[in-house]
Amino acid sequence: MNRRAPSEIPRPSPEALLREAAQEGRGRLKLFLGAAPGVGKTFEMLSDGANRRRGGLDVVVGVVETHGRVETEALVEGFEIVPRREIEYQGRTLAEMDIDAILARRPALVLVDELAHTNAPGSRHPKRYQDVEEILAAGIDVYSAVNIQHLESLNDVVASFTKVRVRETVPDRVLENAEIEVVDIPPDELIERLKEGKVYIPHEATRALGHFFSKSNLSALRELALRRAAQAVDAQMLDYLRAHALAGTWAGGERIVVAVSELASAEGLVRAAKRIADAQRAPWTAVHIERPRSARFGEDEQRRLAATMRLASQLGAQVASVPATNVVEGIKRFTEEARATQLVVAKSARSRWFELRHGSVVDRLVRETPGVTVHVLPFDEPQGTAPPPSKKIDRSADAWGRPSGYGLSAALVALVTAAGATIYALGSITNIGLLFLIPVMAAATRYGLRTGLFTSLLSSLAYNFFFIPPLYTFTIQDPQNILTVLVLLGVAFVTSQLAARIRAQADLAQRSAGQNAVLAGFARSLTTTTDRNELGTILCGEVCRLLEVDTVLLLPSKKGLELVSAVPPENRLETIEQAAAHWAFEHRQPAGRGSETLTASDWLFHPLAAGENVLGVFGLARAQGGDPIRSDQLPLLLSLLDQAALALERIGLAAEMSTITQLKERDRLRAALLSSVGHDLRTPLTTILGSISELKQSEVADPDLIASIHAEAERLNRFIANLLDMARIEAGALRLSLEPVDLTDAVATAAHDLKRQLGGHAIKLDVSPELPLVRVDPQLFHHCLINLLENSAKYADAGTPIEVTARRMRDGISLSVIDQGPGLPPGDETRVFETFTRMEGSDRKGGTGLGLAIVKGFAEAMGLGVAALNRDDPRGACFMIRFPETLLVKTGATA
Amino acid sequence: MTGEQRILIVDDERAIRRLLGLAMERAGYRVVEAENAREALSSLQIDKPVAVLLDLGLPDRDGLELVPLMKAGGAAVLVISAREATDQKVIALDLGADDYVTKPFDTEEVLARIRTALRHRLATDAPVVTAGNVTIDLLARRITRSGEEIHLAPKEYGFLAELARHAGRVVTHAQLLRAVWGPAHERDVEYLRVAARGVRRKLEPDLSTPSLIRNEPGIGYRLVV
Repeated sequence: MNRRAPSEIPRPSPEALLREAAQEGRGRLKLFLGAAPGVGKTFEMLSDGANRRRGGLDVVVGVVETHGRVETEALVEGFEIVPRREIEYQGRTLAEMDIDAILARRPALVLVDELAHTNAPGSRHPKRYQDVEEILAAGIDVYSAVNIQHLESLNDVVASFTKVRVRETVPDRVLENAEIEVVDIPPDELIERLKEGKVYIPHEATRALGHFFSKSNLSALRELALRRAAQAVDAQMLDYLRAHALAGTWAGGERIVVAVSELASAEGLVRAAKRIADAQRAPWTAVHIERPRSARFGEDEQRRLAATMRLASQLGAQVASVPATNVVEGIKRFTEEARATQLVVAKSARSRWFELRHGSVVDRLVRETPGVTVHVLPFDEPQGTAPPPSKKIDRSADAWGRPSGYGLSAALVALVTAAGATIYALGSITNIGLLFLIPVMAAATRYGLRTGLFTSLLSSLAYNFFFIPPLYTFTIQDPQNILTVLVLLGVAFVTSQLAARIRAQADLAQRSAGQNAVLAGFARSLTTTTDRNELGTILCGEVCRLLEVDTVLLLPSKKGLELVSAVPPENRLETIEQAAAHWAFEHRQPAGRGSETLTASDWLFHPLAAGENVLGVFGLARAQGGDPIRSDQLPLLLSLLDQAALALERIGLAAEMSTITQLKERDRLRAALLSSVGHDLRTPLTTILGSISELKQSEVADPDLIASIHAEAERLNRFIANLLDMARIEAGALRLSLEPVDLTDAVATAAHDLKRQLGGHAIKLDVSPELPLVRVDPQLFHHCLINLLENSAKYADAGTPIEVTARRMRDGISLSVIDQGPGLPPGDETRVFETFTRMEGSDRKGGTGLGLAIVKGFAEAMGLGVAALNRDDPRGACFMIRFPETLLVKTGATA
Repeated sequence: MTGEQRILIVDDERAIRRLLGLAMERAGYRVVEAENAREALSSLQIDKPVAVLLDLGLPDRDGLELVPLMKAGGAAVLVISAREATDQKVIALDLGADDYVTKPFDTEEVLARIRTALRHRLATDAPVVTAGNVTIDLLARRITRSGEEIHLAPKEYGFLAELARHAGRVVTHAQLLRAVWGPAHERDVEYLRVAARGVRRKLEPDLSTPSLIRNEPGIGYRLVV
């Protein structure tokens, strides 16, 4: 357990600092919190806004409901009002706040009434508070108003005493980041205003609200509002204390786990857990224990569970789903793994009788989780919202077992009876009854309880009929035999229960093993991926296969989010879906169908996040419509996405690493280049300048001096040409213009251009004129040849010829340039083609160290291969250029 | 006499203009200089040069645009360009430039090219061209090597004849293909390779050091005279 040691110096908590940092650049929210309708929140908000406007601030009204009240209308008049957006819905026109217009208008402060309002279907967000969050995120301040009963975590409490449950709720986190002003008038005054008709109540709700506005209710609501406001202030204070590491007292190391079920009351439990967690400033997790029964949940139960889990995650909880054979085991294991210190469960609604038989879950939890505080909360099914009985799933087949089971069991009983009869005939044996244990146990183990009971009943009858005197009647005389019948029944019962449990456990283990295997397999296939597109294919394919949904993966590129992969591949996104994808990417939250945002999109998008970064968005949809994902699939999906995000991050890092390696290589080249330029440019320049000044001094021009000027200038020229060529290769700026080239012609031309540099080495050309032409870039190929010939001339022994041969091979043509000389340093046959290789050797032959690298660069750009090797007789080096078959020009027609 | 012949040197580098000017004056030409396209065009009007040495990289206009204008002004055009600019050379030649030199150049080479271009300008239809020991009689359609008649295939003859008509100057692939095979085959360079191979085999003494037909990689062929 992570309890803070008393001596530890308080350090700013990173989460608190992050939260504070996140607030910077965001707009501020001021909430006018009221206990009930009619306290004057809107009026107060408008007056405050008007004050700010008079102070010179750019204030607009986003949406304000005046409900026809004169004072309020007078106040609104002074403001600029952003026109509402009209949305057609089922033939009616609904006017909703136009969030885009507000964002485009960019005021300093916007007034938004009725924070808990639910937007018309088709709006960007289903709830107005989400609009407000987006406005805040854009750096615009917001004033808004809300009544205490709309607060998510107080929803149950308010409903419990007012008997009115409001459906429009606002998550508590909205309150936590806001400045709060409680708009408070005494209950008597409010009731007075109500009587005067000054409180707006929707017509259809008048009757229901009559009770709501009782004095006791209003007092309670008022107290709640004040207390909640105080708590929020407290929370902000704590945040501040944490961020700035001021010594303060707060609970540390508490971890709260709340166990939720598929019942509707679970939402109340989740809200309660949120209050406990808030009060203790502790992280919390909602866990659902997946029992064998969960697999048989009806659609309603599935949906309720999904809603509960979503609520929990909305209220700031982590969510988990754990397979286990029974609740206690599952919770116990999870609390241990999560190192929870507190556990929140609902008091069992089961009957006393049930608890006597099975033991109370709560009792067992308390007993079996030492060191964990267990909160047991009472939760009745909320009135009026009791879950409709879930559709009866045809369980009979399961429970009753297969008909064949009955047949086989009956046959077995008949067999045993026959065997018994044989034994009986041999001698009177009293314990024939024991024989019937065999069919009973077999049936119970294989076919479950009911088949077992049926078999035991059949066995009892057979035993009774055939073996218990009076024989061939169903009457039992001896009470001892009654016992036998009872034992048979009991055995059937116990055995089938045991077997059923073992079977269930095996099923679960199999499922969980299956899931683990899926995850492991997925992880394995991801580890070998080095490419984002490949990852996309794997992820989309795998999720499609596992969850039977259509999938897409979008990753950010320079042009924004880009569809990288889709299954089926023809999937494309509509504008609304792209908007949802962007929203999910930017807000790190799911968006689209089945989420809270942009629900009009058929696709549901989940962000792929690793650490602080959102790396992409994953979308899923069902071809036949419907929610893309069931609650029991959510944990698997999230695990898959987590792994994918990790892999994406790894790929990103690998790419970064390779960029760094390339940069290092480039640095090495640059250093080599600098030293080369220093040497290879300066040496000829020195000779040239020196010779010229010598020429100036002397009367007669010395032909030797002029020759050396000429030679050095040529050398400079070659070097600069090489530098330019190398730069073109490095920059990837080679534009190829391929045309058929005659090798004889090409070599002869190169030899001619290089006549001066060949220094007396003759070129022995052995290229058959019958060879096909090759398709290369004539200029680049020319430079390749020049560099090869120059290199050979440089290292060949004086006076030896340089051979150039071309041979037709099975798969192309091989052109070799062969010299007679010392050859290549052994083991360096491939390194010779590296840039500036010569620079690292001790021997300087006046080359540039670039020639062979250029040969390789040009050749590879044209699709040719290069190789270097040593030749023994006569000793020398051989450089080869290989033309693959595809580059040969097959020409039948001569002129 | 060359004494009256004016050569226009167009280059924005003063040192290059000076170097070329010295070489030209040494060879007996009168030299006019221009450092940009505007000056070049006005000099073309005023000085009526017989040849222009044109650097393609000019500060005020693309040098290529000047090539047809200079040709229209009656001057032979010799283009000076960088080594890598193969495309530019081909375009300039196709626009009517007489030849090209690559920077850095040898002044002797520049002079030789100018002479060839001017000679060609004076006598466009020389009926007999001699290159080394090979004689090409364009009227009789006869080729002899050291007095001995050599038989060429029709396209080989067409190829050689087209080079002979521009003796000493480079002829681009496209020009050759158009003239011999027709405009439809302007891009079929392999025809040229095959024809060149045939001509060389019949006329060149040593294939590893061709002395009659020189290949300019990526540009064209030149008959060495």
